[in-house]
Amino acid sequence: MADFQPPQSITTTKNNLPIAIVHHTPIFNLSSFPWILEIVNPIDASDPLFSIHGPSARAVIVLGRSPLKSEHLDQYPSVEIVIGTSAGIDHIDLAECRRRNIKVTGAGDAFSEDAADYAVALLLDVLRRVSAADRYVRNRLWPVNGEYPLGNKLGGKRVGIVGLGSIGMMVGKRLEPFGCTIAYTSRNKKSQIPYVFYSTVLELATVSDALILCCALTDKTHHVVNREVLTAMGKKGILVNIGRGAIVDEKELVKLLVEGEFGGAGLDVYEKEPEVPKELFTMDNVVLSPHKAVLTPESFEALRNVVIGNLKAFFSNKPLLSEVNPTN
Amino acid sequence: MEAIGVLLTFPMSSYLEQQLDKRFNLFRLWNVPKKAEFFKENAAAIRAVVGNANAGADRELIDSLPALEIVSSFSVGLDKVDLAYCKEKGVRVTNTPDVLTDDVADLAIGLMLATLRKICECDRYVRGGLWKRGDFKLTTKFSGKKVGIIGLGRIGTAIAKRAEAFNCPISYYSRSQKPESKYKYFPTVVELASDCQILVVACPLTEETRHIINREVIDALGPKGYLINIGRGPHVDERELVSALVEGRLAGAGLDVFENEPQVPEELFGLDNVVLLPHVGSGTIETRNAMADLVIGNLEAHFSKKPLLTPVV
Repeated sequence: MADFQPPQSITTTKNNLPIAIVHHTPIFNLSSFPWILEIVNPIDASDPLFSIHGPSARAVIVLGRSPLKSEHLDQYPSVEIVIGTSAGIDHIDLAECRRRNIKVTGAGDAFSEDAADYAVALLLDVLRRVSAADRYVRNRLWPVNGEYPLGNKLGGKRVGIVGLGSIGMMVGKRLEPFGCTIAYTSRNKKSQIPYVFYSTVLELATVSDALILCCALTDKTHHVVNREVLTAMGKKGILVNIGRGAIVDEKELVKLLVEGEFGGAGLDVYEKEPEVPKELFTMDNVVLSPHKAVLTPESFEALRNVVIGNLKAFFSNKPLLSEVNPTN
Repeated sequence: MEAIGVLLTFPMSSYLEQQLDKRFNLFRLWNVPKKAEFFKENAAAIRAVVGNANAGADRELIDSLPALEIVSSFSVGLDKVDLAYCKEKGVRVTNTPDVLTDDVADLAIGLMLATLRKICECDRYVRGGLWKRGDFKLTTKFSGKKVGIIGLGRIGTAIAKRAEAFNCPISYYSRSQKPESKYKYFPTVVELASDCQILVVACPLTEETRHIINREVIDALGPKGYLINIGRGPHVDERELVSALVEGRLAGAGLDVFENEPQVPEELFGLDNVVLLPHVGSGTIETRNAMADLVIGNLEAHFSKKPLLTPVV
C-alpha cells in the first residue's frame, strides 16, 4: 500500500472511468502497474471509501500472485470478472469463481516467450555449468586450478516437456534446432504436434534425460514430480522448473541431489518461496533463480496490453482477450 | 589388434585411453623417462600415433617410428602434425572435423540468455540469501532481439539457426556476402553493430580480425547493446571493452575467451552485467567422447584395410 494513493477522483468520478477493485497483498502494489490508473478508478478493501464504492464494483484486478479466495470474493459481491496479471493463476480460486459465475482472465501469452527462454537458459546453464563456471572465474580459480571440468552437451538429449500449453510449445520450438528429441505429457494428446505424447509424467520421465515443468499448479499436478519420477530419469537426470514449486516434491529432489542420485536442477520456483533449501547453495550442478522467469520490461508491456484489452472488452461487452478456460 | 602398438603423445581424454587400451598395445609417451631407449625397444611395434592440437607428430617423431602407418589426431586442427612429411613417407593422417560446432553454438546462446536474463546474478542472489530481503530487479527479454554475427562459417550459421527459433532477426558481417544466405549482410562490423542489439564474434582469429571489436564498434553497439565472444580473446580490444562496461557505454557482455587467459581483467569481477567463462566453448563430455570414438574408428578402419572415416592425408 505504501506506494499507492487512491486518486481523489474516486469520490467524484469526474474522469468517468469505471471503478475496479485492486486485490493485492503488501508485496504486490500498483507501483508496478501504474497504467491501471489510465483505465479504471482503483480501490482496495483497506480504503475508507471501500464501503461506498466497493460493493458495487463489477471488476477485480488481482495484482501479481496475491491469493484470491472465497472469503475475499464475499467482500466483492457485485464482481463479474477477475482480471489476473501473472503467468500462472493457481492463486485464484477458479472453482469458486465458476460457482459464482465470475469470469476469469489470465495474462494470455504476455509472459510465454520470456518463460520459454528462461527454461532453455536454465537447461543450458545446468548442462554447460554456466553459473558455476562464472563463479569459478570470479573466485579467481582459473589461473590456480586450470581447465574447468567438462560440461554436458545439449544436442541429442531427450527432453520431456510437462504441460504443452503455449509456454511448453515455445520451449519445444526453441530446443529443436539444438538437436534435442522432444516428447511431452499433457492433460490431453494434442493433434498435429510432431512430439511423442506420454499419458503420465512417470512414463515421460522414463524416456527423458531432462524434464521441463511448464504446467499449471492444480490438485492433479501437486507433487506430480516425486521420487519415483526423478529416479526414472536416472543418475544423470536433469529437472528444470519454471512452473510452480509445489509441482515437485522438493524434499525428495534435494535428498536425491545430496545423495548424488540425480544429475542436476535449474529452479526458478520453490515450495516455500522465498525459502530455498540450504543444501542446494553449495552445489555446482544446480542453478537457482528467485522466481524471475517472466520479469522483463518487455513482458510487462505485453501484460499491460492484455489487461487493458480485457478491461475495455469487459466494460464494453465485447469478447475477452484471454479468458481462462472455465473447465480448468 | 592387441599386438598393434599405438603411441599416445599426451593425456587428452581418459575415455580415449580406456578405449585404446582395450583394443591396442598402448604406449603413453608422457610416461617415458628415456625416449631414446624407449624408441629403440618399441619402435618396431608402433604402427600408429594418436596426438592432439598440442602434441602431434613432428618430423623427429615420425623419423623415430619406422613402422608408422597412421597418425590419428584427437583434434580438428593439424598444425602440430607435419602433413607434408607424412605424405612423403606414405603415413596416413586423420582428424576429428566438425565436432565442436554444436557445442560452441550452444554456448553462444547460453551466454546470450545468461547475460540478458542475468541468470548468474540471480543464482548469486539466491545463494547469498538476499531473496528474503526483497525482490530482484527486472531483466531483459531475449526472444526477438536483433542478433548480429561476425563470421558466418559453420559456427556462425549454427548460432543463427538456434537464434531464429527465438524469433531473433539475424544479420551478419563477413569478408564477402554469402549469396546463399537469407540473412541480412553488412559490409562492415560498425554497420552491423549499429543495427543489432546482440553482437556475437564467431570468426577465426587472423591478422585482419585481431581487435575486430574496437572502441568504434563498441560505441556503435551502444549502451543497450550486448557483446558475446565465443571466438578468441584477441578478437576484442579488451581494455576498450572493460572501460565501456565500467562506464556503462555497453549494456553487458558474455565472454568465454580473454586476451591473456587464464588472466581475466580484475575490473570485470565486480560487474553484474557480465558473464565470465573459463574457455569452455568446446568442452563437453559427449563431444570429447565422440572425438575419441572417431580416433578409434579411423585406427580400426585402417588396420582392417577399410576406407578411413575422416582422412586428411
